[in-house]
Amino acid sequence: MVETGYFPFNATRVSELARRIRVHVVRMTSRANSSHIGSSFSMSELLAVLYGGGVLRVDPARPDWPERDRFILSKGHGCAGLYAALSEAGFFPLEELDTFYLNGTRLAGHATTTVPGVELSTGSLGHGLPVGTGMALAAKRAGESHRVFVLLSDGECDEGSVWEAALFAPQHKLDNLVVIVDYNKIQSLGTVKEVMDLDPFADKWKSFRWSVREVAGHDVNSIREALGAVPFEAGRPSCIIAHTVKGKGVSFMEDKLLWHYRAPLGDDRAIAMRELGVVEGDLIQEDE
Amino acid sequence: MRSAFIEELTRLARIDRNIVLVVGDLGFGVVGKFAEELPAQFVNAGVAEQNMTGLAAGMAMSGRTVLTYSIANFPVIRCLEQIRNDVCYHDANVKIVAVGGGMAYGSLGMTHHATEDLAIMRAMPNMVVLAPNDPVEAKLATRAAVEHRGPVYLRLGKQGEKRVHATDPEFRIGKSIRMREGDDATLVVTGGLLQNTMEAAELLASRGIQAAVISAPSIKPFDAQSLNGSTALFTIEEHSVIGGLGGAVAEIMAESGSKITFKRIGLPGEQFSSKVGDQDYLRREFGLDPDGIALTVERVLSRK
Repeated sequence: MVETGYFPFNATRVSELARRIRVHVVRMTSRANSSHIGSSFSMSELLAVLYGGGVLRVDPARPDWPERDRFILSKGHGCAGLYAALSEAGFFPLEELDTFYLNGTRLAGHATTTVPGVELSTGSLGHGLPVGTGMALAAKRAGESHRVFVLLSDGECDEGSVWEAALFAPQHKLDNLVVIVDYNKIQSLGTVKEVMDLDPFADKWKSFRWSVREVAGHDVNSIREALGAVPFEAGRPSCIIAHTVKGKGVSFMEDKLLWHYRAPLGDDRAIAMRELGVVEGDLIQEDE
Repeated sequence: MRSAFIEELTRLARIDRNIVLVVGDLGFGVVGKFAEELPAQFVNAGVAEQNMTGLAAGMAMSGRTVLTYSIANFPVIRCLEQIRNDVCYHDANVKIVAVGGGMAYGSLGMTHHATEDLAIMRAMPNMVVLAPNDPVEAKLATRAAVEHRGPVYLRLGKQGEKRVHATDPEFRIGKSIRMREGDDATLVVTGGLLQNTMEAAELLASRGIQAAVISAPSIKPFDAQSLNGSTALFTIEEHSVIGGLGGAVAEIMAESGSKITFKRIGLPGEQFSSKVGDQDYLRREFGLDPDGIALTVERVLSRK
């Protein structure tokens, strides 16, 4: 059982995991010629802390263990990052990542429960928080101690269903529910500011009676500190707004809308791999 | 029908503490007793059907048998993607219960009429679709829905429907109930129009036409075998003629290569009605009262 909460947190190891997640994602998206690399990169540290930093109580050998913490990737288009994190945690072999998006794979282009460790099939935005709220309510009423973590994108917060659930959770004092927003400030057709400005974002959640913290979303120490402190207040759900950078980790992808869509091919791929520190003899070999 | 539903559900929920009723802030005078007696099994999700349905799926994924409950289209079309993705795709043990099926909410108007719900729910993979015809079937359908593992759509009428079945018939998902024999025509009926159809069959008999009547509370899966031996087939529903009971039977008949006379009796699917009135008035206007049904059957048979 990976009850990583009982192991000392190791920032170097977690940062290394985030790097490996990004390398997997480059391999997967380039092989598949698929979109959304930037969305995986912005949450790589969040995933690394959750799965490798002593936060989620999960057991890769028993994905259905009833007492596990639930993690829902509501921004299902970031599934390449999630699959990489799950695989690194031991839910399935790393080699399977190479099948991502390809004909006959179980690693679909949006998070899907056919993959061990995936709690909810997502893809259409605004579904994860209502379902997570139901899981949290069921646990609360049954006196169960597991927690529910839901990772949202910022663009996703345009969806009314997010705010329906945001109203519900404090009403029912769901302090076993944690929202993490990957606030990379770019959505499908432009910046969040241009398309549908969320600011004052933390105030919105606060006014909905959530307990809110903002963190630097690529600083594994501050992420770990926040995730280790939930619930921030007894009787209230917690919201962590993670300020992130879309495409973080590869210089030419950072803060660029284009990398919501483009797959890293040819020179782009080679440069990305180099920037991510992939060298000959690395565990994750260049293969193309 | 809603009294039969809530009474049966309360009885089942006392026995099985995993049953949870989630309402969308509707059910005044109906769900109060359940909420009072079984508060740990009751949730009012507020006027927020997307969250209601998503959280029902989440609770179902945590081992509960969850029913969502609201009026007409609110628990169905308002949150259709939650039904498709969260409930059906995950095969979650959620039952969607709509009261006021068809035009039960009469003068409240088109927004409160559920007249395309059967077609839409029938198209959802993994979904069972039940539309009981009287309070007895409503009780039995509630029981069958709760016992079935997986998504069910349960379309109820409202209040005060006449009881048609004198005793409990055998009720199974995927089975119709034969009510009356007759060689000249077969009338297949769903969703609360059984009483009118039985009366229409009496009228037809007095005019020399012997019509069989089949109550079809289970629209999906549908009892195709129950149609065997029919010489002329009529479907009767308080629903658009597109995609509901008529659609289900038409699909079966077309693929079977049958050449028998077939007519869907229901609401026109081309446009919304601008008529206003109570349910009986609207049924008359759309030819779904006993006289209207009998008249359509007679006309179609005379053209044979």
